[in-house]
Amino acid sequence: MAQKETQQPMKVEFSEAAKKEFQEILKRYPDKRSATLPTLHLAQREFGYISRDVMEYVSSLLDLTVGEVMDTTSFYTMFKLKPTGKYHIQVCRTLSCALRGAREIYEHLEAKLGIHEGEVTPDGKFSLMKVECLGSCGTAPVVQINDDYYEGLTIEKLDEILDNLE
Amino acid sequence: MFEKVLTQHINIPESQSIEYYLKHGGYQAFQKVLKSMSPDEVIEEVKASNLRGRGGAGFPTGVKWGFVPKDDSKPHYLLVNADESEPGTFKDRLLINGNPHLVLEGAMIASFAIRSNHSYIYIRGEFVKEARILEKAIQEAYDKGFLGKNILGTGYNLDMAVHRGAGAYICGEETGLIESLEGKRGWPRIKPPFPAIEGYQHSPTIVNNVETLACVPSIIERGASWFKSIGPEQSPGPKLYCLSGHVKRPGVYELPMGTNLKEIIYEYGGGILDDKKLKAVIPGGSSVPILRADEIDVAMDFNSLAAIGTMLGSAGTIVMHEDTCMVDALLNLLHFYRHESCGQCTPCREGTNWAEKILHKIESGHATEKDVELLGEVANHINFRTICPLGDAAAMPIQSFLKKFGDEFRAHVGVGHCPLNSRL
Repeated sequence: MAQKETQQPMKVEFSEAAKKEFQEILKRYPDKRSATLPTLHLAQREFGYISRDVMEYVSSLLDLTVGEVMDTTSFYTMFKLKPTGKYHIQVCRTLSCALRGAREIYEHLEAKLGIHEGEVTPDGKFSLMKVECLGSCGTAPVVQINDDYYEGLTIEKLDEILDNLE
Repeated sequence: MFEKVLTQHINIPESQSIEYYLKHGGYQAFQKVLKSMSPDEVIEEVKASNLRGRGGAGFPTGVKWGFVPKDDSKPHYLLVNADESEPGTFKDRLLINGNPHLVLEGAMIASFAIRSNHSYIYIRGEFVKEARILEKAIQEAYDKGFLGKNILGTGYNLDMAVHRGAGAYICGEETGLIESLEGKRGWPRIKPPFPAIEGYQHSPTIVNNVETLACVPSIIERGASWFKSIGPEQSPGPKLYCLSGHVKRPGVYELPMGTNLKEIIYEYGGGILDDKKLKAVIPGGSSVPILRADEIDVAMDFNSLAAIGTMLGSAGTIVMHEDTCMVDALLNLLHFYRHESCGQCTPCREGTNWAEKILHKIESGHATEKDVELLGEVANHINFRTICPLGDAAAMPIQSFLKKFGDEFRAHVGVGHCPLNSRL
């Protein structure tokens, strides 16, 4: 954890590319506050997670109070308030996946990675979460790793996927 | 013979591209609307088609559009609800993946009808790939002149953009979605005012589901009477049925509205997994009342399902076989609703929490008869007492599970463990 914390730069500021992207985002909306979610997504991509410093930075970009940005950030489960692993594994636990073996998938991951829900492996490579319905019930059980869905999983398939992640 | 109109191209790899879409008659309906119809004529045609919203409520789409003021000076907004999050529902993701331009064209026609020059596609944050597909499709539409200023020389302007959510079921509720688009937490608003009068930025706003909009181009091209000829006249059209849980062939099936549920499960879904006996079916997404195995000989449309005390909802059909513990299944769902309750209304925030706790107690075999009664009371106190339908959505499964499978709940009392040793 301590090692990950230092990855966030001392001074929170977007890269030049992100600054350009932010300007593009602003053009899409009639007011600045509507750009909050896309700006937070962008900030999370830039900084890894949304720390208090990042909230302050985002609030300054959008002419909002830190409280307003915090209020929004903390409402949405996809905005991470602390660092996660390089590969953030989210196991869908809702009914359709549960009926098709989501618990076995989750327990296998716990045992294999040696971590529980909300934890990060000591090398910072993996973090594990249970999440609510990912909207892919027809290919249950489903796991999302970072941006990608892995569907119709078996323990064997999952092991193969994990082994191929650098 | 039923002809697929929503998903006929989805398995073709190049179907995401505008060239493919144009080659197969794409954007003809939008051009027809721009060049030969008035906004009111479009609304009348959609009204005449009896198209009803596919997101869950089943409200007539044309009627909804008709609520937007015709002579005000405010900007109007068309929001595409791609926040697909109702457990058991996975049809909009398929449409976006396989036919993104159909969704865009539907949104363009709807925008024209409600005199809107601004449209946003609100897509759930987890659908990263699908958001990129839509962004690419929007760019292609700009490049071909279907979006932007003075579209095809007609003087009509329309901008469209993708807006990603960030993990909150409640943002599928239309006023929660609007709040979220405005950059706030997705707390639903008290209605009235309805969004058609006062929505995004206090301006007239229409929120339509992806599948609803995907129906619109074919209505314009082939006419309302063609659409009405598919399925029951009061809720017609092609329909995407999502089949999941204990079936051999889960997936999305495009069929005429009103297809028999038994046929969907046994003919299209191939029957029950491992040839076990069917126990229960949630026909329309996790929020609608559950059916017992002996109740599934029913047409899957709004009115037929309402007649037997349940709902078509988002047509997310979840199938459960004989080994499923109904208490554990309900516990799984209450965990979902407790987690997704936005916390704004006390009955829902506290009620879902209590219900989950009681269900834990029942499932572990440590409850009394009184606890089972209490569970029903908690549900009754949530129902109809909240700003948005999430409260009802949590209460309806509780009430219907207790009504249909009450014996199984009582069979857990005092046993000290789940009689079925279920571990969902």
